[in-house]
Amino acid sequence: MDQQEASVATQAGPGTDGADAPAPAQAGAGVQLETRPPAVEVSGLTKSYGDIEAVRGIDFEVAAGETFGFLGPNGAGKSTTIKILCTLARPTAGRASVAGHDVVRERDAVRRNIGLVFQDTTLDNYLSGTQNLRFHAELYAVPSAAVEPRMKQVLDMVGLWDRRDSLVSTYSGGMQRRLEIARGLLHAPHVLFLDEPTVGLDPQTRSSIWEYINDLKTREDITIFLTTHYMDEAEHCDRIAIIDHGKIVAIDTPEALKASVGKDRVQIQTADDAAAIRELASVFGIEAAMHEGAVTFSVESGEEFVPQLFARLTVPIRSVSVSRPSLDDVFMSYTGTTIRDAEASGTDHMRQMAARFRGRR
Amino acid sequence: MSMATQTAQPGAITAQDGGLASQIRVAVPERSVRSDLRAVSIVWRREMIRFRRDRLRAVTSLVQPLLFLLVLGTGLSSLAGGSMPPGVNFRTFIFPGVLAMSVLFTAVFSAASIVWDREFGFLREMLVAPVSRSAIVIGKTLGGATIATVQGVIMLALAGLAGVPYNAELFLILIGELLLLSFTITAFGVMMAARITQFQAFMALTQMLVMPLFFLSGALYPLSGLPGWLSVLTRIDPLTYVVGPMRHAVFSHLSLSPAALAHLSPGITWVGWVVPIWLSLTIVAVMGLAMLTIAIVEFSKTE
Ligand SMILES: Nc1ncnc2c1ncn2[C@@H]1O[C@H](COP(=O)(O)OP(=O)(O)OP(=O)(O)O)[C@@H](O)[C@H]1O
Ligand SMILES: [Mg+2]
Repeated sequence: MDQQEASVATQAGPGTDGADAPAPAQAGAGVQLETRPPAVEVSGLTKSYGDIEAVRGIDFEVAAGETFGFLGPNGAGKSTTIKILCTLARPTAGRASVAGHDVVRERDAVRRNIGLVFQDTTLDNYLSGTQNLRFHAELYAVPSAAVEPRMKQVLDMVGLWDRRDSLVSTYSGGMQRRLEIARGLLHAPHVLFLDEPTVGLDPQTRSSIWEYINDLKTREDITIFLTTHYMDEAEHCDRIAIIDHGKIVAIDTPEALKASVGKDRVQIQTADDAAAIRELASVFGIEAAMHEGAVTFSVESGEEFVPQLFARLTVPIRSVSVSRPSLDDVFMSYTGTTIRDAEASGTDHMRQMAARFRGRR
Repeated sequence: MSMATQTAQPGAITAQDGGLASQIRVAVPERSVRSDLRAVSIVWRREMIRFRRDRLRAVTSLVQPLLFLLVLGTGLSSLAGGSMPPGVNFRTFIFPGVLAMSVLFTAVFSAASIVWDREFGFLREMLVAPVSRSAIVIGKTLGGATIATVQGVIMLALAGLAGVPYNAELFLILIGELLLLSFTITAFGVMMAARITQFQAFMALTQMLVMPLFFLSGALYPLSGLPGWLSVLTRIDPLTYVVGPMRHAVFSHLSLSPAALAHLSPGITWVGWVVPIWLSLTIVAVMGLAMLTIAIVEFSKTE
């Protein structure tokens, strides 16, 4: 993107002399053919609800065809960002464009180009699967001839073809989610937004949803923007942004983020945790803290450190676990807390519970 | 221009992939009158599907009007019978009011489905689509109006119970008037639903408004010879302007003496001036359109 802007700028230089005014436009089109413009561009985006600053000036870009994940605890501002990107909320400041269209000034163009799966279900339970899809197709003015085959295609993709004529109220939570994904894809959007596509589902259903999403990437030319607060799900993304308290604290590929942490995480359970933390500081010069009920700290090489730990720590150790860096550690190194701790303290907990309850009903 | 980039991009890619997506080319067209009409139509059709699924509702909403017609109508006929010309029943007199009543409750309840949709999330599916908000609001209003009219027609089929003749011309007039009333009341409900986002509050508030509307409409008593305050209130009630014309239609198909007709259906008067029927109905239509416009504006503002 930076390159593209640069090349347009240099072309525009001579263009300003007059004569060949259309030149920059042509140059722009040429660039577009080589590298496609980003699917999502966000700069300085801010959203406040009264005193609450839900999003505090974020910048990022999602390339066309990429699967991009927003990872953050409850209340981080993930849904708010999605709402702005899909034109359901107006930004307080900053700008954003989706599929090349500004989300404030070109709302209709944005809407035609995006598919949405919201955090809370938006199906009509009193209609069948087909009727829900039909409603969507008509609302999006999908060409009549394409409606039937496209419906079959997306229903096949999510494995709901056999159940298409059952009322949605008889679907399981996972089936409802799959139907929503199918509906979001029905009008062949360029960008698909998935706000916590697997929230409130059991692990098996979660992994089956991910199979569909991964499958989707190979079948359709589509950019996927998703949010999650499950670390393992973020691994499915090409790139992830870690968002906390309305700010992006890190953004990169999962591998690069893990490499940037570079340390192994050690968790020990001891007879006296407070004493253990003090000793770790005095004996090893290591800063440790309580996370998830265990004394937690990071070291360069876990397997070399653990024998020393047993030799030199006077506090009895009950258990030790060493883990290679995970996204959890990335999250911790950037925000100073694990995502589970962040969730547990979140005031949005009740809201989350309510959402799950509604989703299941 | 946006159209061009839209179709060009996936086309170029799928041609290389040869994947499934290449078999079916889908591109959402730019918004047009045609696409808005499709939206109106599908929103309307959804209301119909849901109404058909909900037979219980169709039956239960007959109960209250039937109670009024059969129990109240019969019970009061001995009292009111004296002022009725021979061959005319008190039930006949209140039948137009009972028709209006069945439409009134159904129409408000239909509009409540917007609040319902909002609570269950489906409204968001509609509001985020690339169609104008007016298409959605109009579809909803027409859907609710159709359901309410159907409900009114079911009631109308029981005309025999009230001694109202099964006359084609009379029925056509009554159905037309019911349609108009249904439209205006649904528009009223939709307008309220734009602002009131909780189902409980919506039902409480509309119930509070609907009963006075019904009682002040002259559905149960003639509009002549009322005390001043009541006379004024009845003239403010929009329902009056439908019940009056419906009653006129019923009685003018009963072969009554002109004196009896004038007595039973004196028409709506504004300080002595008799409001013509076309003006009555126009008032109702204009109110409906005004409320529909407000509803569209309100929904265009939300989110
Ligand atoms: N309509 C609203 N009015 C007031 N505050 C809001 C509104 N929507 C969101 N917020 C607040 O903005 C903050 C961010 O909320 P958001 O829904 O974006 O979080 P999230 O990252 O999606 O969290 P979750 O994982 O729980 O879905 C929260 O503090 C929330 O209370
Ligand atoms: Mg959210």
